Amino acid sequence: MGDLRQIAFYGKGGIGKSTTSQNTLAALAEMGQRILIVGCDPKADSTRLILHAKAQDTILSLAAEAGTVEDLELDEVMRTGYRDIRCVESGGPEPGVGCAGRGVITSINFLEEEGAYEGIDYVSYDVLGDVVCGGFAMPIRENKAQEIYIVMSGEMMAMYAANNISKGILKYANSGGVRLGGLVCNERQTDKELELAEALAAKLGTTLIHFVPRDNIVQHAELRRMTVMEYAPESKQADEYRTLAQKIHANAGKGIIPTPITMDELEDLLLEHGVMKQIDESMVGKTAGEAVA
Amino acid sequence: MSVPVENSNERNQALVEEVLAAYPAKAAKRRAKHLGSYEQGESDCGVKSNARSIPGVMTIRGCAYAGSKGVVWGPIKDMVHISHGPVGCGQYSWAARRNYYIGTTGVDTFVTMQFTSDFQEKDIVFGGDKKLARIMDEIQELFPLNHGITVQSECPIGLIGDDIEAVSKAKSKEYDGKTIVPVRCEGFRGVSQSLGHHIANDSIRDWVFDKLDPEKSALQSTPYDVAIIGDYNIGGDAWSSRILLEEMGLRVVAQWSGDGSLAELEATPKAKLNVLHCYRSMNYISRHMEEKYGIPWVEYNFFGPTKIAESLREIASHFDDRIKEGAERVIAKYQPLMQAVVDKYRPRLEGKKVMLFVGGLRPRHVIGAYEDLGMEVIGTGYEFGHNDDYQRTTHYVKDGTLIYDDVTGYEFEKFVDALQPDLVASGIKEKYVFQKMGFPFRQMHSWDYSGPYHGYDGFAIFARDMDMAINNPVWSMTTAPWQAA
Repeated sequence: MGDLRQIAFYGKGGIGKSTTSQNTLAALAEMGQRILIVGCDPKADSTRLILHAKAQDTILSLAAEAGTVEDLELDEVMRTGYRDIRCVESGGPEPGVGCAGRGVITSINFLEEEGAYEGIDYVSYDVLGDVVCGGFAMPIRENKAQEIYIVMSGEMMAMYAANNISKGILKYANSGGVRLGGLVCNERQTDKELELAEALAAKLGTTLIHFVPRDNIVQHAELRRMTVMEYAPESKQADEYRTLAQKIHANAGKGIIPTPITMDELEDLLLEHGVMKQIDESMVGKTAGEAVA
Repeated sequence: MSVPVENSNERNQALVEEVLAAYPAKAAKRRAKHLGSYEQGESDCGVKSNARSIPGVMTIRGCAYAGSKGVVWGPIKDMVHISHGPVGCGQYSWAARRNYYIGTTGVDTFVTMQFTSDFQEKDIVFGGDKKLARIMDEIQELFPLNHGITVQSECPIGLIGDDIEAVSKAKSKEYDGKTIVPVRCEGFRGVSQSLGHHIANDSIRDWVFDKLDPEKSALQSTPYDVAIIGDYNIGGDAWSSRILLEEMGLRVVAQWSGDGSLAELEATPKAKLNVLHCYRSMNYISRHMEEKYGIPWVEYNFFGPTKIAESLREIASHFDDRIKEGAERVIAKYQPLMQAVVDKYRPRLEGKKVMLFVGGLRPRHVIGAYEDLGMEVIGTGYEFGHNDDYQRTTHYVKDGTLIYDDVTGYEFEKFVDALQPDLVASGIKEKYVFQKMGFPFRQMHSWDYSGPYHGYDGFAIFARDMDMAINNPVWSMTTAPWQAA
């Protein structure tokens, strides 16, 4: 057994982290890798395509029922899905109450203490859109995930989020040894998307690991709560995920410490590629009505 | 070590500089502003206050939760005060500050009991509002004679954003308008317990006064109604104060908050005068009642016969001749008793020097009582005072008194060692340090399990206790036999 690879997928909410990660991990499983997915999103939807389930029982909901997390056994929270991929969901409170970040910390500590990481090749953390507090940074702290893959697109806000996540990685890079593995661009068909993604990767000091083209087959698979790898293994899109999986597998130890840029630099990048027009500073903050007057 | 008193301002400056020298430059610069010497004629004590303590020092301060639960709300005896959050804050504030009260504990009064929501990990993650609601139901069921509930927030409540206001409102409605007060006194707020007092005062304003229906109040007013504000009845202080006001013809309609009840809080807007002992912790609500209900307030000091007489006359000046005569009658009645106390103890205490460090009003208020016994306060400071406290202090201290705001453990030790007082009067955390250094000590937070110290009755006990500490024969035995020669 080789060394345990601990990776994590981060990215702006709605960018397709869970879909991309589950498909990629399914492809890694196809390659014979033994996988554990740790969902760290209170929505608990990081494993539905692997398990064909709406949502699995989460560590935190079971712990709340049982009294404390110490009352749980690993086999109560772990499910096995497609190609024996093991799945756990941290879970968390309903929106607007409690502290989801603390929930992530509780769950990850539980998994480590219970030996969930034994006998596997890959642990993958699927984390909420933004690193909003210390709890959601847990997977990149204390020698947990070693490589972060940021899922992004050519949209301004997705790039903004990617840059912010890089700041989070930089913060913990020296204390915990976490590295940026690279960017994964999920095509949104925005202008000059590939070019922009590559330019941002260069600015951050990393590479665009893979450009995943848009294909409706992903939606068809999702409706069946399946990965493309399982639903249509012969499809072109499945090959894209295979390629991404191989690149990630070959990327071991090649992560870097990112060099996040300022908001101004990010805007300059968009200007450079003609995605954003040069703005007349006097127009900033003016409403349409004011501009006419 | 004897120090020439006439040079005490200069001596104090030199001492402060010497003590500051041990700090790193930045810390020394910050602490320098809090240390000084009172110069005759100045309008304050020349020190900065109510600022953040420096990390790494031993501060004597508490937190906002301590200010609300421990000081202002805790003594309200017929309400149940929930320490909302993990168990530690509740455990360590259990049994309160010897706030004496009358009632049957666990039946109609609850001060020395401890109620906590005992937060577990799952309450942090999923939020504690449902648990809080359940606790309120349990309180209703187990303690049906309670008159209200307060929710004293510990730190995590503010961090995870629980909506304790919504729970309080819903439960209040469910229980026919029962008074339920959410208090946002999370410990991380502010620089000391002082903000907790303010928050607690504001919660009385918002959740007790603003919900009052004046028509419903059963209190029949008289022209002589007063409320005692800022007396926590430690060791019975409020009782030995109350009898003096009653003897001079006033009617005490409320005690805030020692041995106090919700009904008393609610009756206070009908008072004719609020008499305020601890200005620091309850000036906020006194000012509010002045603005909203037009009730004047007057500060008083019931430590030692000199200040008591002054205060009784000051309070009486707000009323008619009947009360003024009453004040004189009370002063005259107790004068011979006080003279007997002074005659007994003054010869044993004359000229003894005291260094104080306490909270609230005591760093200035007790000075008169020591002076009645012929003693001299040579250093004083406030745990959590503000500038208005240091201004008021100028009426009490002499030229050349050493002033130390939010003193650190290190500074206090150095100052006492240099000035060699005959008595140190401070809190429990300081007690054993100074006793081991060979200094007589009195614990002035809970009167060292004695008291009361307020009023005429209190002065007799105060005098006895100070004599007992200073003239205890044990202090002549602190030299080890092998060092004696």
